[in-house]
Amino acid sequence: MIRVVLPFHLQTLANCEKEITLEVEGAVTQRSILDALEAGYPMLRGTVREHVSLKRRPRVRFFADGEDVTHDSPDAELPESIATGAQPFMIVGAVAGG
Amino acid sequence: MTTIRILVGTRKGAFILTSDGKRRKWKVDGPHFAGWEIFHMKGSPVDPDRIYASQTSSWFGQIIQRSDDGGRTWTQPGSDDSAAKAAAQGIPQGKSNMFVYDTSKKTGKPLSTHQWYDGTQHPWEFARVWHLEPSLDDPDTCYAGVEDAALFKTTDGGATWHELAGLRGHETGPNWAPGAGGMCLHTIVLDPVNENRIYCAISAAGAFRSDDAGKTWTPINKGLHSEYIPNPTAEVGHCVHHIEIHPSNPNILFMQKHWDVMRSDDGGDTWREVSGNLPTDFGFPIAVHAHEPETIYVVPIKSDSLHYPPDGKLRVFRSRSGGEEWEALTRGLPQEHCYVNVLRDAMAVDRADPGGVYFGTTGGQVYASNDGGDSWEAVVRDLPAVLSVETQTIA
Repeated sequence: MIRVVLPFHLQTLANCEKEITLEVEGAVTQRSILDALEAGYPMLRGTVREHVSLKRRPRVRFFADGEDVTHDSPDAELPESIATGAQPFMIVGAVAGG
Repeated sequence: MTTIRILVGTRKGAFILTSDGKRRKWKVDGPHFAGWEIFHMKGSPVDPDRIYASQTSSWFGQIIQRSDDGGRTWTQPGSDDSAAKAAAQGIPQGKSNMFVYDTSKKTGKPLSTHQWYDGTQHPWEFARVWHLEPSLDDPDTCYAGVEDAALFKTTDGGATWHELAGLRGHETGPNWAPGAGGMCLHTIVLDPVNENRIYCAISAAGAFRSDDAGKTWTPINKGLHSEYIPNPTAEVGHCVHHIEIHPSNPNILFMQKHWDVMRSDDGGDTWREVSGNLPTDFGFPIAVHAHEPETIYVVPIKSDSLHYPPDGKLRVFRSRSGGEEWEALTRGLPQEHCYVNVLRDAMAVDRADPGGVYFGTTGGQVYASNDGGDSWEAVVRDLPAVLSVETQTIA
C-alpha cells in the first residue's frame, strides 16, 4: 500500500483527505504511482501531469522521504520507505513568489 | 416573475448573485470551487439552468464545470453513467479538462510555433480556458476560447472538446504574439442571425471572422492602428481587448482595443475610431445596452502600465450615439482614491426593462445599475478580484 499526500486544491477536486492510499503493482516509481493515482481518481488526470505528454506540470513538485525527487526520472525506483508505505509520496504545489 | 442572475468569476472561486426583476435585493451564493480561479461562467441562452464554468489553476490545469440546475450543483461533464455511483461517493469520473490541439491529418493543423515576447518562436502550449460561449440554440453546444490562442467546441455538453483548427492554423499564426496576460482567445461572438458567422478576438493577434461555422477564418483588422507594433496597420498583431454586438443589428460591432474604442458597420470588414471625448481610450470591457443598439459603455483606465482609473475616480462612460460623444456616469461610484481595474469579461447587461448594467472590479466589488447607468450600487463589496461578470434574465 502506497501513501500519497495531495495538495489542497487536488484534495478538493477529488473530494478526498489530504493523504490517500493506492495499490501499485511492480516497481514503485513516480510513473507507477501517478498511473495508479489517475486510475483511482480520474478527475486528477491532467492536473499533476499533462494529458498527452504525461510530463509533470511545471508548478508541481514531488518529494519522497524528505528528498526532492521532482527532477528524477519518472521511471526511477523510489526509496524503500515509499514502497513499504512507511513514508508518503508527497505531491506539492510549487510555491511561487513570497 | 423575472429573475436576474449575475454569474461572477473571481480569482478565488465563483459567486452567483440572484434577484427578482426589481433588482433591489440580491442573494449571494458562493464561493463555488473555492480557491480556484474561475475565468468565466456563462449560461445557455436557450436553457438558463445550463451554465458552463471555466475552473483553472496555473498549478493544476483546466477543469470544465457544468450546472444543469442554475448553479445549485455542478458536475464535470466528462463523467459517464457508470461513474454515477462513484460520483455519489464524491469521486466524479471527470475527463472534461482535456483540451488537446488538433494535429490530425484530416481536420487538424500542424502544431507550429508563435511569436514569443522576445520575438523568438515559441511552441503552442495550452494553459487555460478564458471564455466560454454557449450556442444560441443548443444547450449542449458551447465554444471555448483558450490560451495559447485557439478555439474549441463541444457538442456533448462539455464532455469532450475538439479544436476548430482552421483558426490557429491560419497562415498568420506564426506572427501571433502574447499580450501581457498571455496569448489568449478571450472573445467569442456568435452572430444571432447568420449561424455560420463567428467572430473571435485574440491578444495580441486581433479580430477574426469565420463565415463557415469556424472552418476557415479571415483577419478583420482593417482600420485598426496600433502604435506599439512594428507595422501599426498590420493584418494581425493588434491587441484587441473585447468585442460586443447587438442582436438587433449584427453587422454593427463595437471594440475596446488596447488603445482606441472602435466601431464597425460592416461585420468587421472595416473599423473606425469612436473614442471621441473619452478622457483616455484605453480600457478592457465594452458593453451594449440590451434595448438600445447605439448605447454603449466603457470604463477608461490609465495605461500602458498603470491600469487604474484616471484621478482615482471610477467612472463608466456611456455613449448614446454609438460612440464619439461620451458622458461620465459617476453616481454611486467612488470618486476618490479608487485604483481598481475592470477586466475585459467583467461587464455585462441584462435584458430587463429598464435595462440593467453590471461590472466587477479587481477590488472585489460588483456594481449594478438598473437605470441604464445613471446610478450605481454595489451588490457586493469584498469578493476576491473579479475576472468575469455575465448575466441571465430569466422570464
